[in-house]
Amino acid sequence: MQGVYLDHGATTPLDEEVLEAMLPYLKEIHGNPSSVHSFGSKARKGLNEAREKVAAALNASPEEIFFTSGATEANNIAIQGVARALSSRGRHIITSSIEHHAVLDTVHYLGQVGFDVTFLPVDRYGIVDLDALVDSITEDTILVTVMTANNEIGTIQPIEKIAEICRERGIYFHTDAVQAIGHLPINLKEQPIDMLSLSAHKFYGPKGVGALYCRKGTKIGQLCFGGAQERKLRPGTENLPGIVGLGRAIELATSDIENKSKNLAALRDRLIRGLLEIEDVRLNGHPQKRLPGNVNVSVLYVEGESLLLDLNLKGVAASSGSACTSGSLEPSHVLTAIGLDHQTAQGSLRLSLGKSNTAGEIDYTINSMKEIVQRLRKMSPVLKK
Amino acid sequence: MMYNEKVIDHFQNPRNVGEIDSPSGIGEVGNMKCGDIMKIFIKVEDNIIKDIKFLTFGCGAAIASSSALTEMVKNKTIEEALAVTNNDVAEELGGLPAPKLHCSNLAADALHKAIKDYQRKNNLESIDK
Repeated sequence: MQGVYLDHGATTPLDEEVLEAMLPYLKEIHGNPSSVHSFGSKARKGLNEAREKVAAALNASPEEIFFTSGATEANNIAIQGVARALSSRGRHIITSSIEHHAVLDTVHYLGQVGFDVTFLPVDRYGIVDLDALVDSITEDTILVTVMTANNEIGTIQPIEKIAEICRERGIYFHTDAVQAIGHLPINLKEQPIDMLSLSAHKFYGPKGVGALYCRKGTKIGQLCFGGAQERKLRPGTENLPGIVGLGRAIELATSDIENKSKNLAALRDRLIRGLLEIEDVRLNGHPQKRLPGNVNVSVLYVEGESLLLDLNLKGVAASSGSACTSGSLEPSHVLTAIGLDHQTAQGSLRLSLGKSNTAGEIDYTINSMKEIVQRLRKMSPVLKK
Repeated sequence: MMYNEKVIDHFQNPRNVGEIDSPSGIGEVGNMKCGDIMKIFIKVEDNIIKDIKFLTFGCGAAIASSSALTEMVKNKTIEEALAVTNNDVAEELGGLPAPKLHCSNLAADALHKAIKDYQRKNNLESIDK
């Protein structure tokens, strides 16, 4: 077998059709979209079309789409930008305890420079406590930022409810939708979301490009200076090939989303069922309210990096929330927040599926896992015999 | 891959895995922070480590260093075994990634504890500092 890629949550391969769309912008269409001449206008046309495609995919207006270098930058622009614009009105920001570091580290920084930050607790499935949200809102609250779906455990948040709670109180709501695009329908004309971040490489687009949706009229302070591109929110000459790729990728990812998600979820559930047949394996995250491609389990009595190494030796690519794989000595903050003890978090394994995975690959992975878990548990001093 | 071939070989084909029935000494160390746990069992005869086995909960580096250590000290005298350090194990493996040197490279510590346990049980004077 030629490698089973089950790490789509980390990144996805570039779609052939996306590459085709990008190629002219890496070759003949080399102009700067800001230039007046014909080279510039050709480039500008590509930029505008990509913006229209992203807007259409989200049911937003093109002027509400701002291209960035990815979701990390989009999250920074949204969160720091609102903090900057509204600091005279209030200095309180609310987020969840299971956000991606691109959000967590940004609000931590704001906490250091004089803002108050509330980290909402989540239940054992990773769902944000809405009562805690309502209770934590004060007159000083200017922004709530909660991810659409969690990157590690796949839990889908009630973002519409959160958005409504914020809207009723005149508070901005931002969501990091990185994992959701192409899996969950987004309709910004109906969902009262003020800002949304996305990244192309999570849905078969190129790396290094993303976008921030920013509802018309939302006040955001500028973070970066040096040009009028992206209406000054993200100055600098545009990554045009990337942006064109993003446009094509989101168009493909959001077409027939219901069917694609249903099929992917069927594969996901096949994998979950197979893994849960192994003794002392537990599912992390919600059984239903989860991304169609996300599987996250804890394999008791073994450590996650060992699982990854063994899987890799069998040609299966996955990831883990174990401390040993994080570069820090702490296991994943998400797994800790849903109440896992240290050792259970250490044995976590994320398998994130994508459109090219087959039932055969899933069955191969399940069988490989059975062998691997048995091998590693034989070595484990914590296994109760 | 972040590990070299020798580390992967020890991870994939670990030497001396398991427990020893009625061992002369047992040593267990744990890294409270990252959660690795290593347990070393030794059988000592005439001041020589005749048999050694390990059980490890931990990452690839933790398993490989446990395995490498058992090979390094099998059939060695207690004094020779006590001279082996965690660093020696990492060197034997041809190096470990920097973050692993502190958290997962504990096999020599576990061995020294097993030797102490053996010495205590046999009323031998500890030569370990």
